[in-house]
Amino acid sequence: MTLALIAKIILVVAIFVLTLAVAAYSTYLERKVAAFLQDRLGPDRAGPWGLLQPLADGVKMFTKEEFIPAASEKFLFILGPGLFILTALMTSAVIPWGPALVIAGEVIALQVADIDIGVLYVLGVVSVGVYGIMIGGWASNNKYSLLGAVRASSQMISYELAMGISVITIVMITGSLSLNEIVGQQAQGTWNVLKQPLGFLIFLVCAFAETNRAPFDLPECETELVGGYHTEYSSMKLGLFLFAEYMNMFISSAMIATLYFGGWHFPYMDKLGLGPNTLAFLGFTVFFLKIVFFIFFYMWVRWTLPRFRYDQLMHLGWKVLIPLALLNMLATGAFSLLF
Amino acid sequence: MQSLTNRSRVVSKKTMNFWERIYLPAIFGGMWITIKHFFKKKATLRYPEETREFSKVYRGLHVLKRDENGAERCTACGLCAVACPAEAITMVAAERKKDEKGLYREEKYAAIYEINMLRCIFCGLCEEACPKEAIFLTDRITPSNFERENFIYGKDKLVEKIDQRIDVSGRQKHITEKK
Ligand code: SF4
Ligand code: SF4
Repeated sequence: MTLALIAKIILVVAIFVLTLAVAAYSTYLERKVAAFLQDRLGPDRAGPWGLLQPLADGVKMFTKEEFIPAASEKFLFILGPGLFILTALMTSAVIPWGPALVIAGEVIALQVADIDIGVLYVLGVVSVGVYGIMIGGWASNNKYSLLGAVRASSQMISYELAMGISVITIVMITGSLSLNEIVGQQAQGTWNVLKQPLGFLIFLVCAFAETNRAPFDLPECETELVGGYHTEYSSMKLGLFLFAEYMNMFISSAMIATLYFGGWHFPYMDKLGLGPNTLAFLGFTVFFLKIVFFIFFYMWVRWTLPRFRYDQLMHLGWKVLIPLALLNMLATGAFSLLF
Repeated sequence: MQSLTNRSRVVSKKTMNFWERIYLPAIFGGMWITIKHFFKKKATLRYPEETREFSKVYRGLHVLKRDENGAERCTACGLCAVACPAEAITMVAAERKKDEKGLYREEKYAAIYEINMLRCIFCGLCEEACPKEAIFLTDRITPSNFERENFIYGKDKLVEKIDQRIDVSGRQKHITEKK
């Protein structure tokens, strides 16, 4: 029991640190990927290959002037970024990071909490996430911030529906809401992306919208709204907003990998005849690589596609994705009834 | 009407077909293009470690030349300042003393000679105006600075050092040909 508890605490801290590190280096990766896609080199001055760039950015963010507009709602203004980053971190609790470890005869799952409604929990926390943006944008008392916040919330509502429905199809074919179970079944059978290609596509598009990434980055939309919901923010509070965005990206990449790409599973995993601990390590590495690929994918898309117009965004959400997701769900249901 | 370039396109307003309307092929096409650029040779030049190759007749930071004996060629005639469209050049003339023969080529010389690099447009008219082949533009770049005052270059920065002659043969030839 104590061993399990200690392991859990270590795991929590490790995931926390990992999330922070990945978010920090995502900012670096973003700049590098952007540069490479545009035939540039990107940051290369801070440390070898510019690897210390996130550190330099952090120092910059911390030492900048802290500014709170006089007309803002002070408490909520400070609460906004905190809430945003909190919800960004919370989702990581239910993600299965690898196959279980076996230490001194005890099985230790590489998952902070294997709750049986994991999928529901993720959807719930993600939808709370928009409150950070909403509160921050509203409390700034600035019309651009408010517009950004309004856009963020209506965008979230529209895309959460389609996302939820496409997740339901996953739940239908798995018969469980537990993420561990979903990964387990994919490890036994085939990856869900092969069974649910359309669902995957819908989920992917919605994930872009949920994380406010281009081409759906309308809440911050520099060309129209100055900085969108974080126009009034400066210093580390702005840093937290930007940071949380990268965390969201990390977590949603992890979710995509978990739901559709077999989580920590890789082909011929159980035929290798390795011990559980080596397998756990390998599984985690594979899972991490999948996540990194999806983070890269996010950036790749961002630096390829232009931003949607707001009415196009709503049109895509309500008139295309939701009917498609419903259709997909009905088809899946009919299919599983017939066969 | 005949177009000036052959790049004009006829605008068509045809409605998109199904494949075009779901955008996915276009999106993947775009992503294919960007990923190709990912592996292409980068255009970035890591200045200051790497520098661009300059043309022989590049018009950069000025130099006030010395003659073969090391005496300054400028005679403070002021023609460069008159020619300068940006009014970047100012000078104060002085008369050469007996013992300064080795320092200045002509009897009159520029005691102060200043070019404001923030005004200068690097047109090269000063070197064309100069009757003494004293001022030339070189392939050096004016370094950046935080203060405006530091962009006013005096003789200390403009006159070439005796032991570090600056090659201006490219521009010299260019100007002689022009004249
Ligand atoms: S290069 Fe042109 S602008 Fe500059 S000092 Fe000479 S004449 Fe004036
Ligand atoms: S640089 Fe040439 S043109 Fe200018 S003052 Fe000297 S001699 Fe005359």
